[in-house]
Amino acid sequence: MDNKRPSIYEECLERGISRRDFLKFCTTVAALIGLESSGVAQVVKALETKPRLPVIWLHLQECTCCSESFIRSYHPTVGNLLFDNISLDYTETLMAASGFQAEACKEETMKKYWGEYLLMIEGSIPTRDEAYCCVGGKSAMQIVEECAEGAKAIIAWGNCASAGCVQAANPNPTGAKAIHKLIKGKPLMNVQGCPPIADVMTGVIVYMLTYDRMPQLDALGRPKMFYNRRVHDTCYRRANFDAGLFVESFDDENAKRGYCLYKVGCKGPNTYNSCGIIKWNESTSYPIQSGHPCLGCSEAGFWDMSPFYKRLPDVHGFGIEATADQIGLAVGAATVAGIAVHAVATNIRKKELIDNDEPESKSTI
Amino acid sequence: MKSRKKRLREVYVWELPVRIYHWLNALCIVILCITGFIIADPPAIMTETEANFSYWFGTVRFIHFVAAFVFFFNFVFRLYWGFVGNRYARWNNFIPLKKSQWKEIVEVIKVDILMIKNKPVDSIGHNALASVIYFGIFWAFLLQSITGFGLYAKMSESIFPQLFAWTVPLMGGDLVAREIHHFLMWFFILFAIVHIYLVFYHDYIEQRGETSSIIGGWKFIEEEIADKEEVTETAETITKSARKNE
Repeated sequence: MDNKRPSIYEECLERGISRRDFLKFCTTVAALIGLESSGVAQVVKALETKPRLPVIWLHLQECTCCSESFIRSYHPTVGNLLFDNISLDYTETLMAASGFQAEACKEETMKKYWGEYLLMIEGSIPTRDEAYCCVGGKSAMQIVEECAEGAKAIIAWGNCASAGCVQAANPNPTGAKAIHKLIKGKPLMNVQGCPPIADVMTGVIVYMLTYDRMPQLDALGRPKMFYNRRVHDTCYRRANFDAGLFVESFDDENAKRGYCLYKVGCKGPNTYNSCGIIKWNESTSYPIQSGHPCLGCSEAGFWDMSPFYKRLPDVHGFGIEATADQIGLAVGAATVAGIAVHAVATNIRKKELIDNDEPESKSTI
Repeated sequence: MKSRKKRLREVYVWELPVRIYHWLNALCIVILCITGFIIADPPAIMTETEANFSYWFGTVRFIHFVAAFVFFFNFVFRLYWGFVGNRYARWNNFIPLKKSQWKEIVEVIKVDILMIKNKPVDSIGHNALASVIYFGIFWAFLLQSITGFGLYAKMSESIFPQLFAWTVPLMGGDLVAREIHHFLMWFFILFAIVHIYLVFYHDYIEQRGETSSIIGGWKFIEEEIADKEEVTETAETITKSARKNE
C-alpha cells in the first residue's frame, strides 16, 4: 500500500480524537468481533499502522436502510471513526460529488487502488431487464462487474445483496438476484439482515482491517462470528418457549406477561443473527424485546415465508394462498373420498372374488 | 354352513425383523406426527404462571427428537435387511429394473385401480406397484430425516445431527427446510391412509391373510402360485451355488 497515506490512528489524532478514545474504540470492536483481550492489541496495531481501506459502496435495488443502519453505529465516536476508518471514495448516498464528478471519483478510486479496494454493495441486481436499475447510464450488472474486477473482496450488505430481499419475493418482477449468484471468483461475504445490525457491519470491517482476510463464513456466506447462533437460542424469552407459554394474540394477557412469541409468527427458531446479544440502537432493544416476533430478516427468502404473524407460511401458486396444513387436509379429504369410491367400486366389480364364486375355485371343491 | 375349500399353502413372507421394523416405524411415525403437530401449533395456555414451573413443550420436543432417532436407525436397519433378508425383503423388489416388474405394475393398475381386470395379481410379497411406492417413501424418509436432523443440528452438541447440517443451506436455510419438513409429514399421513385401506382391500378380495401377515409373518397363498414361486426360488439357488463353485 501507499506509504504516504496516513494510518487510521494518525488520522484520528489529526481530527482531535484522543488516544484514550481510540483505545476505547479498539476494545469495543475487539469485543464485538469476539476476540480475547489479547486480540485488542492486534486491533490497535492494525489501526495504528494501516491506512484507511479504500471502499466503493454501490447502491442498487435497495432502500438504503443498510447505510442508515451503518451510520448509527454503537459508540458515539465509533460512527465517526468508522467513516474515517474506511475511505468511502464512492457512495451515491453520502458523497458530496454528483453527476460526472462522482463517476470520475469512482474511476479514480478503481484505478488508484486496483486490487486493493473493498467493494461494498447494497441492493440486488435485476436480471429480467437491465433498465430496472441504472446508475450514470450503466446497468447494475455492468457496474458491479466493472467494480468487482479490481476489488480485493466484496461485502454484500443486507438481505438485498445477499439474497434478493423484498425485490426477489414472489413474483419477483425484476428478476432480482443476489450478488453471490451473479459474481463468481471473488471473496464475498453476505452480511445479512434487513438491515444488518450497525455493530455487525462495524465489526466486519474492523476484522478485515485487522486481519487482512475474510472472517470465517457459514455455508450461506455469512460471517460466523455474528450469524452462528439462532435468534431463538439467544432469546431472553426462551424459557417461556420450553415451558409452552405462548402469546396467542398481540393484545392478550400472555403478551403482557412477556411469553414467547412463537405462535404469533416468530421466526427466531429458524433465523441466524445476533439481535438477541448485540441488540439495536445502541443496544437498547430488539424486535422480540419490544414484543414483536422476529421476521427472519437475515434469512434468504424471508418475505415469501409470509404472513409474518403466522408460524406456517402461505404456499404460493394455489390461486388462493394456502398453508401446508390446508393443502394437506384438502388432499387428505380427496384421498378419503377416492378411497370411498374405490371401496364401493370394489364391492361391485370384484363381487365374484369376494364371494369366491370364481370358476377356478368352484372346480376345486 | 358356508365354507370354502381352497387349496392353499402357508408361506412365511415377513420375517420377524421386518415385522419389528414395520411396527416400530409405524409407532415412530404416529408419535412424530402427533408431537410434530403440537410443535407446529402448540395449544394455548392462558393461566398465569412462570416459565420455571414447567417444561412441557421442551418435553414434547424431546419426545419428537428421540422418536426421530429411533425412526432413522430403524430405517437404516431396514436398508441393511434389504441385503440380507429373504426374497420378499430384498432391495431388488423395490427398484423396478426388470421388465417383469414394469409389466406387473401395469397389471396391478389394471386390476386394483382401474378394475378392468378381475383376476388378482400373483404376488406373494409386495406387488410391483406397492414396491415402487415404498421405494419412493424410502426417499421421503431420507428427506424427512435430512430436514429434521438438519434443523436439529444447531441445538445439539452431538456429532450425529451435525452430519446433516450441510444440507440445510442447500435448501436455502432453516425456513425452507422447516416448510419441507412440514409438507412431508402430510405425505406420511396420506400414505398411511392409503396404505391401511389397501391392506384391507387386498385382504377383502384376495383372502390371503394380508392384514394378519404383518403380525405373524405368514400368508395363505394359492397352491399353484406358491409352487411356481418355489420352483423359481430353487432354480435361483442352484444358479447361485453354481456361480459360487465356478
